[in-house]
Amino acid sequence: MSLFLRLLFRNKLAGFGAVVLGLIVVLALLTPILPLHPPNETNTANRFLRPLSDGHLLGTDHLGRDLLSRLMWGTRLSLAVGFAAALVAGLLGATIGVIAGYFGGRTDNVTMRGIDMLMAFPYILLALAIVAVLGPGLFNALVAVAVVNIPFFARNIRGVTVGIAHREFIDAARLAGMGNTRILLTEVVPNIVPVVVIAMSTTIGWMILETAGLSFLGLGSQPPQADLGSMLGEARAALITAPHTSIVPGVMILLIVMSVNLLGDGIRDALDPRLRSGALSRPMAATRVKRAEAPAPKGDGLLRIDALETQFHVGPRIYRAVNRVSLQLDPGECLGLIGESGSGKSVTALSVMGLVASPPGVITGGAIRLNGQDLIGAPYELLRSLRGRKVAYIFQDPLSTLHPLYRIGDQLIEAIRVHEPVSHAEAHRRAIKLLEDVRIPNAAQRARAYPHEMSGGMRQRVGIAMALANDPEIIIADEPTTALDVTVQAQILALLDDLRRSRGLAILFITHDFGVVAQLCDRVAVMYGGRIVEAGPTPKVLAAPAHPYTKRLIACVPELGAGRRALAAIPGLPPAVDDLPPGCAFAPRCEKARDSCRAGEIALDGDARQVRCLFPEVTP
Amino acid sequence: MTPALKTTDLTRSFDIGKRLFGPPRARVHAVNPMSFEVPTGETLGIVGESGCGKSTLARMLVGLLPPTSGQIEIEGRALDRADPAAFGRLIQYVFQDPVSSLNPRKTIRQIIEAPLRNLHGMHGPALDARIAELFDAVNLRPEFLSRYPHEFSGGQAQRIGIARALAASPRILILDEPVSALDVSVQAQVLNLLAELKVKLNLTYLFISHDLAVVEAVSDRIAVLYFGSLVESGPAEKVFATPRHPYTKLLADSAPVVGRPLGGAQSGELPDPLNPPLGCAFATRCPRASDLCKRAIPELRVVEGDQFAACHHPLAP
Repeated sequence: MSLFLRLLFRNKLAGFGAVVLGLIVVLALLTPILPLHPPNETNTANRFLRPLSDGHLLGTDHLGRDLLSRLMWGTRLSLAVGFAAALVAGLLGATIGVIAGYFGGRTDNVTMRGIDMLMAFPYILLALAIVAVLGPGLFNALVAVAVVNIPFFARNIRGVTVGIAHREFIDAARLAGMGNTRILLTEVVPNIVPVVVIAMSTTIGWMILETAGLSFLGLGSQPPQADLGSMLGEARAALITAPHTSIVPGVMILLIVMSVNLLGDGIRDALDPRLRSGALSRPMAATRVKRAEAPAPKGDGLLRIDALETQFHVGPRIYRAVNRVSLQLDPGECLGLIGESGSGKSVTALSVMGLVASPPGVITGGAIRLNGQDLIGAPYELLRSLRGRKVAYIFQDPLSTLHPLYRIGDQLIEAIRVHEPVSHAEAHRRAIKLLEDVRIPNAAQRARAYPHEMSGGMRQRVGIAMALANDPEIIIADEPTTALDVTVQAQILALLDDLRRSRGLAILFITHDFGVVAQLCDRVAVMYGGRIVEAGPTPKVLAAPAHPYTKRLIACVPELGAGRRALAAIPGLPPAVDDLPPGCAFAPRCEKARDSCRAGEIALDGDARQVRCLFPEVTP
Repeated sequence: MTPALKTTDLTRSFDIGKRLFGPPRARVHAVNPMSFEVPTGETLGIVGESGCGKSTLARMLVGLLPPTSGQIEIEGRALDRADPAAFGRLIQYVFQDPVSSLNPRKTIRQIIEAPLRNLHGMHGPALDARIAELFDAVNLRPEFLSRYPHEFSGGQAQRIGIARALAASPRILILDEPVSALDVSVQAQVLNLLAELKVKLNLTYLFISHDLAVVEAVSDRIAVLYFGSLVESGPAEKVFATPRHPYTKLLADSAPVVGRPLGGAQSGELPDPLNPPLGCAFATRCPRASDLCKRAIPELRVVEGDQFAACHHPLAP
């Protein structure tokens, strides 16, 4: 709760809305005990008194009734009706939506077509029709406004429910012997409550306006009862001669609706888990850099990373995702970067072109040199001209990296023309050639396909073609085959290997699979807890791992052809990078760990074959 | 001896392009007639690539999806398809994604309690004792019970998923890719836990995975699926060592193995499910395909000993 309030008030406008609305609500609640004139007491002798006149702070209306009193009582009524309508519409709409979304099929079809019919009427016409049938009156206006708003909730909640109804925990509940009603009440409903609250908070303002609209037309509250809409309606005749009678309720409606909407947006942002993490602000075009000084290069190479430090600053916590990582990639070389989830391998790769999302990502130290030129802190124009042209990326899931609404040929053409001023026809010719290079059959025809029309393997080939579009020197492949089936993975790996030899590409290959590294990479670096713990030529590292972590990780991986057996496991969990132990990060899980391992920084020793361990398995 | 699990000609097809009235526009056969047996206390490994029907098969076995035709027998008794709770007491499911299989708004205690209360009518001290016993069995600390799923890592969440499945006291566990969402160092912990529990509780496993090495390491027998059909089955140590079906060989050659050059880079994709081939589904990718293969669907039959293959021209060892 306190987190919710903090998030809410982080948004200043929402805080303002909350304060204004809070004041109005408190005043409305206190109205009966405030020293006000009775709202319906007429005094025609004092009609149309100006504001600030004696005894009538806001003046009087055409029957000489005290405007302040009528305003307070009217606000009280309008707020109550608005909240009640929102509650009724929210409850009924959510119930319909949950049932339609959960049961699906024919139930869904019939209910939602009914809802569609409701939506086909212009809302004010529908509300007028309902009031015309039920007769004028505040309660009937409430019913009309609620009914008119049901479709909004029903459709919204149905969409959310469909997503939840197919989640695995619903299947699990069914296997646990629960019936449909219990699953709906105990599994589905708790998950949609936040959505209902968000939808309500953003529509209450609208409902207050609609009720006021009906009252303005004389269909809501009946004289002499005051609500904001009817006050406006009665004042309309005297708009020119006594404008204050219209302005007073008008300003109140403005204040209520504005504060409700500001607060509603704030509640939505605070409750939405995606926005909660700070993703509300769009990430910057390049990762933020806060670096004291660039370290001197320790060697050369096409791409040279020296003591790179990338961190995520989330609130008071600092996640040291990449901690003084140094790597070197030579032309035509394939370097494998291997590690478990959270080891920092992807963040290292994304840091190269400044693609780590900021906020919360910050590069706090180190240097990344491409052909000797430091890229950290380089102007965005430079990074942009290098992205894709010198260094290209291939990501894990091509379905989410390709644009779903454009044909793949057009996406390739765009990628080519961003960096090179060639004609559309020439770009098209080259796009087809690229698709042929990645061995897509019927390239010319396939170029007209949309991403969803292709299989996972074909999409990843398009991803590779995209990376090759501008003839880069380096390809950074982030788990490009993890989402693929084994036979397709073998095809993609063979393709990458061919391309690298025929084009002299350097590849930084990120993976968690030792088999893949062994088949593709010349050298390998092993990461753990944001650091490189071991590096060297692939055959040597795999045959005789020097770091205990590498050795035991390799032992965990079952090997095909060895038959049925018990597997070696590493007890414990990988460390959280916001709370790294001093010394070796692997020490808590290591059998060989001694006090000296936990004491302080351990250096990455060695030259071609490096290891960060005081008691290595073999001497490198 | 009666097998723990037996299926006879189990099939499932899906209607594509449903209309309000009249027949659907097309039908896709996700699982073609499939018959197999799993003896008590054994693990049957099921491998296959995406789209081979392994998840459909698993969902039918636990009663989440009614079969189009065919029978499921558990310990000699045919199962009533109408009642998921009847399935629940005999056969349980461990999901692929441990975190999304736990309701984010419930505590671990509420999650574990559900099968105990609903399937076995437990309450009071008996319930608490059973929960403690289950948590002990999967090596989790009791203080986790009051926490919510998002506070757990993948490996811990998968243990909770296993504890929930065991809570029903089933005879059979269907493990649908139980470790593919986990890191290798944690994967081995969960696999070893499963092996221990199997011996202790005399369970029977159906272990579904796309990772050949993992399946080989945990299974007694392995069945290979391709395009909705069983193409090969046999003892775990033989299926990948001496594959008889060309598809099994392609799978085995494609798996990345330390110390073997890149191989199996053979092109080709699954046939179109809306327009299935007349003969063997693998014929278009198969180097040994003959005219016969394009005409007639091969039956699953003994190749040698207890190794079966659905192939007109099985490979020699």
